Amino acid sequence: MIRNTQHAIRNTQWLVGGITIALVLLALLAPLPAALAGGAAPQERHITISARSFAFEPGTVRVNRGDTVIVNLESTDVVHGLYVDGYGVATQAEPGRPGQLTFVADHVGAFRFRCNVACGNLHPFMIGKLEVGPNLTWLRAIAATLITAVGALAVFWKH
Amino acid sequence: MRYAISETPVIKRVLRSRWLQWSLTALTLLFFVLAIIAGLAGTPAGNRNFGIVFVWIVWWALLILLLVPFAGRLWCGVCPIPAPGEWLQRRALVQPRPGGKLYTLSKQWPRAFRNIWLQNAGFLGVALFSSIILTTPMATALVLLGFMIVAIGTSLVFERRTFCRYLCPVGGFIGLYSQVAPLELRVKDTAVCASHTEKTCYTGSDAGYGCPWLVFPGGLTNNTTCGLCTECLKTCTRDNIAIFVRQPGADLLKTTGHKLDEAYKGLIMLACGFIYSTVLIGPWGVLKETARAVGTPGWFAYAGIFLALNLAVFPGLFWLAVRAGSIPNPKYPMSRLFADYAAVLVPLGLTAWVAFSLSFVLINFSYAWSVLSDPLGWGWNLLGTVGLKWTPYIPGLVPYLQVPVLLLGLTAALALALRTARQYGQSPWAATPVAIFCAAATLGLLGLYLA
Repeated sequence: MIRNTQHAIRNTQWLVGGITIALVLLALLAPLPAALAGGAAPQERHITISARSFAFEPGTVRVNRGDTVIVNLESTDVVHGLYVDGYGVATQAEPGRPGQLTFVADHVGAFRFRCNVACGNLHPFMIGKLEVGPNLTWLRAIAATLITAVGALAVFWKH
Repeated sequence: MRYAISETPVIKRVLRSRWLQWSLTALTLLFFVLAIIAGLAGTPAGNRNFGIVFVWIVWWALLILLLVPFAGRLWCGVCPIPAPGEWLQRRALVQPRPGGKLYTLSKQWPRAFRNIWLQNAGFLGVALFSSIILTTPMATALVLLGFMIVAIGTSLVFERRTFCRYLCPVGGFIGLYSQVAPLELRVKDTAVCASHTEKTCYTGSDAGYGCPWLVFPGGLTNNTTCGLCTECLKTCTRDNIAIFVRQPGADLLKTTGHKLDEAYKGLIMLACGFIYSTVLIGPWGVLKETARAVGTPGWFAYAGIFLALNLAVFPGLFWLAVRAGSIPNPKYPMSRLFADYAAVLVPLGLTAWVAFSLSFVLINFSYAWSVLSDPLGWGWNLLGTVGLKWTPYIPGLVPYLQVPVLLLGLTAALALALRTARQYGQSPWAATPVAIFCAAATLGLLGLYLA
C-alpha cells in the first residue's frame, strides 16, 4: 500500500516536472505574434553617445524593433570604441573625431554595448545597454522563473 | 549511489604517486609567480597584462565554471599559494620526511577562530576593493603576494595548512560551493577506521603527511573541509579511502547542522553577485567610478552600502523569510533555522556567480591569446599570437546561457528549502517565504542581465 502510494507520488512528480520543463521551454522559446514583437512603426533613430573613461552617456539607449539606429560616438578624453553584443557592429572615436555606426535593430531584448579599444584599467567594464523593445527576452525570463518556482514547489512539495 | 573512481588501477596509481600533486602545484606556482612579476614589472594596461588576464579571466573561468561545480576543491589541491609554506614546513618538495614529520612551531589555531568568519572578512575586504584589484596589475600582484606571505608565515607558526582551512578568502567560498560537486573523498568503510588505532591518515606516516587540512577523513561528511590533496590516499595503511563520483549536491541533502559562518558566507556571496552584476557589468558609469575612487566621500558611501548589503540587508531579508515561515510552529531556535535554511544559498549563489562570470569571461577571454605571447606587455611575440585582436565569444548567446543556469539554481534551492522544512517537521508552507526569497533573487539577477 505504502509502496503504491510512493510510486504514485513519484509518477506525479515526474509528470509535474515534465509539464514544468515543457512550459518553461514554451515561455522561453515560443514564437510570438508579430503584433507583440514590434510596437511602433520603424523609424530612423539618431543617437549621440558620449564616451569617457569608463562610461557611456547615455548608459542606456532604448529603440523599437525595426528601427534604423544611427549612432554618433563622441569621445571626450582618449580613443574609445563601441561594440554592440548580439549585433556584432562596432565603431571607434577619438576626441574631435567622432565615429558613426548604423544598424537595423531587428533583434528584441537588452544588449550590452561596450568599449572595444583598450582605454584604461576599467576598460573591460566600460559597458552600456541597448534595449530593443518590447524587451520580450526579459518578459519571457520572468514567466520562465515563475513557472520554474511554482513547478519546483509542486514537484518537491511532498517528496 | 556512488562509484569509487580512484579504485580504477591506473587512477589509483596516479593518485598515490607523490609526483602528481607536486607537478601540478609547481605548474600553477609558475603561473602564479609570472602573474606577480607581470603585475609588478609589466604594463599597467590590464588587458595586456598576464596577471590580470590569467588570474581574473582564465583562472576565474576555470575555477567557477568548471572546477568548483564539477570537482569541488580540486583547485585547493594544486593551489600555489600555500605551496612554498608547506614545502618549508616539510623541508622537502616531493618525498615525505620519515613519519611525516613537519618543521613548524605547530601552534594550534585559536579556538575562537576555528570557523570561516575570518575568511568571510577577508573575502569582503578583497571584494570591497575589487574594482581596483580586478583591473590594476600592481594591485593584483600585491594581493597575491600578500596571500603567499601570510600563508608562509602561518605555516611556520601554526600546524599544517591552517591558512587554507581558516584564512584563505577564496577557500571559504570554494569549500561552500564544493558541496555541489559530483566528486567526494570519503572512507570506504567507517568501521575499518574505527578499528585502526594508528589513524595514519591524520598523524602521518613514512608514506606521507597527516591530513594538511586538519581533518580526520573517517569523519568527513561533506566536501567543505577536504582539500582533495590526496595525502590520505597515500597514508591510509588499510586502503580504506577513495575518491567517489556521486550524485551532484549530495552534501546538501543533509539540511541540518549547518553553522552561522557558512550561512553568512552564502549570503555574502549572493550579495556580492548582485553588487558585481550592478557595478561592474551594469551600464552605470558613475558606480564604477565611485567604486574605484578609494578615499573619496563617494567611495565611503559606496563602502557603507556595500557592507550594509552584505552584512545586514541580505541577511536581514533572509532572516525575515525564515522567520515568517516558522511563525506557525516556533519551537526551533531561529539561529538554527537560519543556518540550516541557508543551504538553499549554495546552489542559488553558485549559479548566480556562474551567470555573472559568463557575462564577462566569454566576452574577454580572447585577451588571453595575445597575453600568452607578451605576458608583460613589453612588445614580445613569443608564440606569434600577439596580433590576435579582441573577439567576444558568443556575446549574443550569453543571456540564453544565464537563464537556464539561474533557473537550475532556483530549482535546487527550492527543493532544499522544502527538504529543510521537512527535516524540521515543519509544513511545506514554512518553506514558501524562503522560496519567495530565492525566486526574487533569481528575478533580480535576471533583471540585471536582461532588463
